[in-house]
Amino acid sequence: MSTNESILEVTDLRTSFFTEGGEVKAVDGVTFDVPAGKTLGIVGESGSGKSITAMSILQLISHPGKIKGGEIKFRGKNLLDLSEKEMRKIRGNQISMIFQEPMTSLNPTYTVGQQIRESYKIHQGLGKKEGSKRAIEMLKLVGIPSPEKRLDQYPFELSGGMRQRVMIAMALACKPDLLIADEPTTALDVTIQAQILELIKELQDELGMSVVMITHDLGVVAETCDYVAVMYCGKVVEYADVRTLFKNPRHPYTVGLLKSLPRSDRDQEELTPIKGTVPSPDEMPVGCRFAPRCPFATNLCHEKLPSLDDVGDGEQIRCWIYTDEWNGDPGVKVYEPERTTEG
Amino acid sequence: MSQKELLKVKNLKQYFPIKGGIFGRTVNNVKAVDDISFTVHEGETVSVVGESGCGKSTTGRAILRLDNPTDGTVEFDGVNLLDLNKKEMRKMRKDMQIIFQDPYASLNPRQTVRETLREAMAIQNVVPKEKRADRIAELLETVGLQPYHADRYPHEFSGGQRQRIGIARALSVDPKLIVCDEAVSALDVSIQAQVLNLLKKFQKEMNLTYLFISHDLGVVRHISDRVIVMYLGKIVEVGDKKSIFENPQHPYTKALLSAIPVPDPDHNKDRIFLQGDVPSPIDPPTGCRFHTRCPFATERCKEETPELRSAGYMAEGHQGACHYMELIESGEHQPTRETSNVRMLDEEPEKV
Repeated sequence: MSTNESILEVTDLRTSFFTEGGEVKAVDGVTFDVPAGKTLGIVGESGSGKSITAMSILQLISHPGKIKGGEIKFRGKNLLDLSEKEMRKIRGNQISMIFQEPMTSLNPTYTVGQQIRESYKIHQGLGKKEGSKRAIEMLKLVGIPSPEKRLDQYPFELSGGMRQRVMIAMALACKPDLLIADEPTTALDVTIQAQILELIKELQDELGMSVVMITHDLGVVAETCDYVAVMYCGKVVEYADVRTLFKNPRHPYTVGLLKSLPRSDRDQEELTPIKGTVPSPDEMPVGCRFAPRCPFATNLCHEKLPSLDDVGDGEQIRCWIYTDEWNGDPGVKVYEPERTTEG
Repeated sequence: MSQKELLKVKNLKQYFPIKGGIFGRTVNNVKAVDDISFTVHEGETVSVVGESGCGKSTTGRAILRLDNPTDGTVEFDGVNLLDLNKKEMRKMRKDMQIIFQDPYASLNPRQTVRETLREAMAIQNVVPKEKRADRIAELLETVGLQPYHADRYPHEFSGGQRQRIGIARALSVDPKLIVCDEAVSALDVSIQAQVLNLLKKFQKEMNLTYLFISHDLGVVRHISDRVIVMYLGKIVEVGDKKSIFENPQHPYTKALLSAIPVPDPDHNKDRIFLQGDVPSPIDPPTGCRFHTRCPFATERCKEETPELRSAGYMAEGHQGACHYMELIESGEHQPTRETSNVRMLDEEPEKV
């Protein structure tokens, strides 16, 4: 597999929720690639649309939400063209998902064994005996001790870390090509988080999967991802490889996030927060969504929405600063030292 | 530090009984906090860190007597709070306030911000009645809200704004000590930074003392003067921020710090993976409570409970509760367990 090949190409994905208060554009023209065998991080704060993007890939959006348009190409095939029956063959088989809260996403009335076997039964037609054998193998793979015994236990009998391992075992049962992990460690303690993230990474190498890692934690991004898409108000504002993003962040929002972050690995005198708050859906700015909070915004930013443009080296930015139209302070271009977060 | 000792906690125990059997007798106890002692000086920020179930929030609640402690003393400004009756304790709470994690759950949804703040001031009788309206406007402005926000209800605010209201309420009675129980944990980073800066500013201006309870070690490093690390109801290490983050002595502190994901792709990760999960506080391990997961554990750790102590090379006030601190530091005591494999769990790590 060449590294340039993409396993998933999302283009101009739009998902809205139609509420009494009107249409809420949760995902508003999202575009990104997931290179095969790599991990793409989707990072953003609450309400940025990162989870809805993930749910849209598997078409898990239910009323009043609706995927309005765009393309989700998985191995060259547009998933949005498939029927629900065809989609069902893909879910849990070629594309799997793990969720934030293992307690609410495991069925409390079925044993661990029953839940893992279900996958084998649906996708491979395996019976109880063969399914159990495979389930034990999976539990071993995710590092659960005495797996034979765990098979007959219910989710409530397991600790949080164990439950997340069971969920990973379920997700990986059919050896998917793509794993979508939606905040997989947010509900876990940091020592357990370290175990789970390492486990996902090791399994990825062993099974050759691609991963979409959805998180709000920039530390998790730096440690697990190869590429990163930063989302703000339903749009991707920056897409770059992980080193570029952390060493040379360009979008004022990304820079702002990194400057707001209290670090455990070094002392900081002062945090520089982003001013204001995320706009509510009914007062979404017409121009750049970030303009009201951006320290560099000009009239252009407030009036016109910038597009997500290639700026070279596979990096994409949605910001007027990096276009020929920029009419604000020319000094705020990337290479100014005060724009980077280093030092 | 020559500052006055504002809060002195001694041998604090907080057990929650488990009732069982047909007579509803106490069959066992959850030892949420089990014999801890520490001091907080006026004007400083002391953080209590640890993972879920370590007793950090229970400690905060016990100090304010939101739960009545099982045993020990809590001396605040020279008065033992555990000797006070309900009425006296209520008066005392003028000087000690708390900010909770979830500002939505801790604000009355049927009161406007003005009513909430006015009630706090009325109960403690801090500002003359006719001046309260001005004080409310002033408080809101201090925490970065507008005076017209006073007549809104909690649901009309965002999470960050609600947390500011929680802070305004705590400040309204002019307290000396504020217990911040995961006060910024529910906030997005850009908003979290705003609230952290605000807390720091108030501390400087009003000489406030914070007991900052958090699981987020980045936040703790930013805000604290001193740090207390807890594990299963016990203090395992205490010291000034620099010592804890740069020269941790207890194997648990080391593992905890190494487990934090650092937002730098070039960061050198020498990660210590702990085996299994935290054991149950109902029947905690004997000896050192960390011995079931500690990479350095020996027979001695199973039997003997280590006390907090210092060693010659450690900074003043830096203490750890481990039998082998010096020997681990010098390299004479080597790990007795694998710490790099995440799939080699012990047989039967007990569920919490």
